[in-house]
Amino acid sequence: MLPGILGTKIGMTHIFNEEGAMVPVTVIQAGPVVVTQVKTPETDGYSAVQVGFGEQSEKHLTFPKFGHLKKAGLTKNVRHMREFRVEDATQFQPGQEFLCDVFETGQSITVTGTSKGRGFAGGVKRYHFKGQHMTHGYMTHRRPLSNGATGPQRVFKGSRRPGHMGDETVTQAGLKVVGVDVERNLILVDGSVPGANGSLVTIKKVK
Amino acid sequence: MSKQAILQSVAQGCLKENLPVIKPGDTVRAHVKVREGGKERLQVFEGLVIAVRNGGIAKNVTIRKISSGVGVERTFPLHSPMVDRFEVLRHGRVRRAKLYYIREKVGKDARIKEKR
Repeated sequence: MLPGILGTKIGMTHIFNEEGAMVPVTVIQAGPVVVTQVKTPETDGYSAVQVGFGEQSEKHLTFPKFGHLKKAGLTKNVRHMREFRVEDATQFQPGQEFLCDVFETGQSITVTGTSKGRGFAGGVKRYHFKGQHMTHGYMTHRRPLSNGATGPQRVFKGSRRPGHMGDETVTQAGLKVVGVDVERNLILVDGSVPGANGSLVTIKKVK
Repeated sequence: MSKQAILQSVAQGCLKENLPVIKPGDTVRAHVKVREGGKERLQVFEGLVIAVRNGGIAKNVTIRKISSGVGVERTFPLHSPMVDRFEVLRHGRVRRAKLYYIREKVGKDARIKEKR
């Protein structure tokens, strides 16, 4: 069985569970995914299965991708591809399709997505610096101020400074599946997952 | 299907039909399921509706009552399966949607005139 699946984050809403409690859920349109490549220790040095998700018209395909998909013998072009490490990859064949029923309610999962981009952000937003007073004659408000001692007369590498924030790969652990709808390819996840609505997310099982 | 339509259809399964019409200023009696030691019974909470929050499945009402001299407010999600039913006892004549000012009032000032 596939250890994970790819999907599109749709958004958040609420549902009521069996106990009558209101649960915040993230709706993910997951699958169907199709196996695009099977990696084995003999050919690639490790075992993995590569799956593709989404659709892309042929004129937007790059030539390398076109060749890769052609090799797998797919009938339609996938947009995104991701890899899952598996113990035994020989159980998969290129072209094999999987739906979101690889998950069941109650399954522990991690969800990987690309966080929302914040652009060039200051230290207050990016690292929760305190900042200075807004009033009482202060002429600096949100600056990072001191960069360190005068001893080593330089700024250490990796110091927390203003810079680009967000738009990075984030994995959220400790999530649970609270519902699976195979007919509409929907997975409901308890709580929030990284990324903007409409972005690609990778859902992985936790043993 | 648009993203919004998918979200609505997910929540649709939990929605109740025929919600009671409750407005701010109404005096209502809420019957709520309470679970105690494995048994389920109905608890009654009667008071003045001081706020109605819409939001699809998250629609809720805030009810305020004075219980042995102490003001008590509870918020009930109308679509929750734990909320059994609502009885509207009387309609009040109010001029705003949120009656939070009533928290500052005591005694005769905290009354709401009945709508006729």
